[in-house]
Amino acid sequence: MKINYLFIFTLFAHAVSAQNASVNHDFELDLEAEYRSFYNSPSFDGQKSNFPSMAFRPKYTLDWNKGYESINTETFFRLDIDNERTHWDIRELYYQTVKNNWELSVGFKKIFWGVTESNHLVDIINQTDVVESFDGEQKLGQPMVQYSLNTSFGTLDFFYLPFHRKRNYPGEKGRFRFSTVIHSDDIKYESSSKEWHQDFAIRYAHSFSIIDIGLSHFYGTGREPLFQFTNQGGIDAFYPVINQTGLDLQLTHNAFLWKMESIYRQSDFQDFFALTAGVEYTISNIKNSGMDVGLIGEYLYDERDDLALSAMQNDIFIGTRIAFNDIQDTSILAGMISDIENSSKILSIEASRRFGSSYKLEIVGRFFQNIDSQELILSNFKNDSFLKINFIKYF
Amino acid sequence: MKNLIITMVTSIAITAMGIAQENKGLEIAKAAVQADLGFNSSMVNLKMLLTNSNGQISERALTIKTLELHEDGDKSLIVFESPRDVKGTSTLTYTHKIGSDDQWLYLPSIKRVKRISSNNKSGPFVGSEFAYEDLSSQEIEKYNYKFLEEKENLLIVEQDPVDPKSGYTRRIVTYNKDKGYRIEKIEFFDRKNMLLKTLNYTFYKLYKDKFWRANTLKMVNHQSKKETLLDFFDYNFDANLNEEDFTQNALKRN
Repeated sequence: MKINYLFIFTLFAHAVSAQNASVNHDFELDLEAEYRSFYNSPSFDGQKSNFPSMAFRPKYTLDWNKGYESINTETFFRLDIDNERTHWDIRELYYQTVKNNWELSVGFKKIFWGVTESNHLVDIINQTDVVESFDGEQKLGQPMVQYSLNTSFGTLDFFYLPFHRKRNYPGEKGRFRFSTVIHSDDIKYESSSKEWHQDFAIRYAHSFSIIDIGLSHFYGTGREPLFQFTNQGGIDAFYPVINQTGLDLQLTHNAFLWKMESIYRQSDFQDFFALTAGVEYTISNIKNSGMDVGLIGEYLYDERDDLALSAMQNDIFIGTRIAFNDIQDTSILAGMISDIENSSKILSIEASRRFGSSYKLEIVGRFFQNIDSQELILSNFKNDSFLKINFIKYF
Repeated sequence: MKNLIITMVTSIAITAMGIAQENKGLEIAKAAVQADLGFNSSMVNLKMLLTNSNGQISERALTIKTLELHEDGDKSLIVFESPRDVKGTSTLTYTHKIGSDDQWLYLPSIKRVKRISSNNKSGPFVGSEFAYEDLSSQEIEKYNYKFLEEKENLLIVEQDPVDPKSGYTRRIVTYNKDKGYRIEKIEFFDRKNMLLKTLNYTFYKLYKDKFWRANTLKMVNHQSKKETLLDFFDYNFDANLNEEDFTQNALKRN
């Protein structure tokens, strides 16, 4: 990746030229020991059931000019039984400058858009790190130039995205795959410029009284590939050029958070609409115990059919978030997505607790139940229920 | 007839005394706010020491930025420095004199800004003995007042929270009239009107010849026997922060 060296050089050239009085350095390292256990026999030949794994996450930040200028880096390394899950990535490597009401960022960065809990429809800037997370919350670093302008009528963000990052997929030994292993190199581009198709995005966001609203548009190579199953049982896949308009809205009223996300995506091959909407209600400080219990209900709709790798089409999510608010920050998030039209259900539980001042234990479970044989995507994962234990040391 | 007149006169006198006490209580609270006007903005580092009933201690470090506003409540930005797993987690609060505050939470691991409900007044702040309402900006409009007594330079005022979601029936606040009406002590009474907590302000320092800031706040919970100590250091009143340092973009930068 030539582009990496170019960015590193430019960024450090900036840093060296900025000989300011007070420069702050900060280095951090997260070390993770993980064990995933899939207790059902695999669906396909070559798949393993137990995955011990390690991950390293070094972070370095440098800021000066009272923090209004900074260089932020975060890299990620994972070692796993599955060769494709063994990977590394530059999550962040960017220079940022802030002046009055605007800020400019150049480099690899992560951007999150959206409000709902069960699905992240409008979030499109970064490619998902699929092998890292089933919930789609782990992202690959995206090269960009971002200009953000804060005004009295809201915040405007402009993104120039010069390079597309392909999605990664599990290898032969990995779970969450199809009968044929997808190699990211086999997924082509619609654009003849391939990964160098020049992409753009704009977002307007405003918060006033009880309302938080975001309107966004993305033009460029989509982050989700389109899949077509060939007659021979193989898969033909490519990244289309898309236009996507997104809306995210939250109303915060007392203990109720009313949430809605919706997108309309257009390409030469497929136009579709998708929506996630729901409510989160928190009962706080139950019987003066300090404990908060949040109840979440969301409806998920997606117009797409067999062309996409989305498992959610017309589903209901119900979940609960329990925060003990104790010294160790113990918390539990549990939920279930169920298909309205058939019996398919995905249950999940995530719990975490800090130990001492620099250790954390996470336990994650995902369970596939009564997966309908008509589910083109999910039926491949029906034996992929798992339990994961993750122990993290923070340096 | 005579009895009735006496009763009426007495009750009017008591009501009048009540109003006078309310007014005096309100005047003291206003004087305290007046004395602290004009700090514009401040930045401070904070160490929290949480002690449980067995004497075990755990520590948190935060930085707090505050922007003083006059027409509406203050804005504040709190950033966690430790423990390490929550480092970079931060909150942005727009306090309102009337109605609920606006609050956003930033989760650095997924770069997400979440608008959260400020409904939870009585819950503990990060497992400490401080409730959210103990740490929010103290606006005059949030209480009803009753002057209780004067002991030398100390003025003692009862404050009843207006918000029914408050965890307290009342607070008894001790002001020091010789030192810019700074607060020396607060006693908190729970919903059953039992003494719940005592907060003592110590190691006061005068900044810019005007602003009294306690370097140590000690909250003792009499019911659970737990304690939380707040140690403030490196107060900075010269940072000249402005509205742009209290936006959702600023929240993501920290």
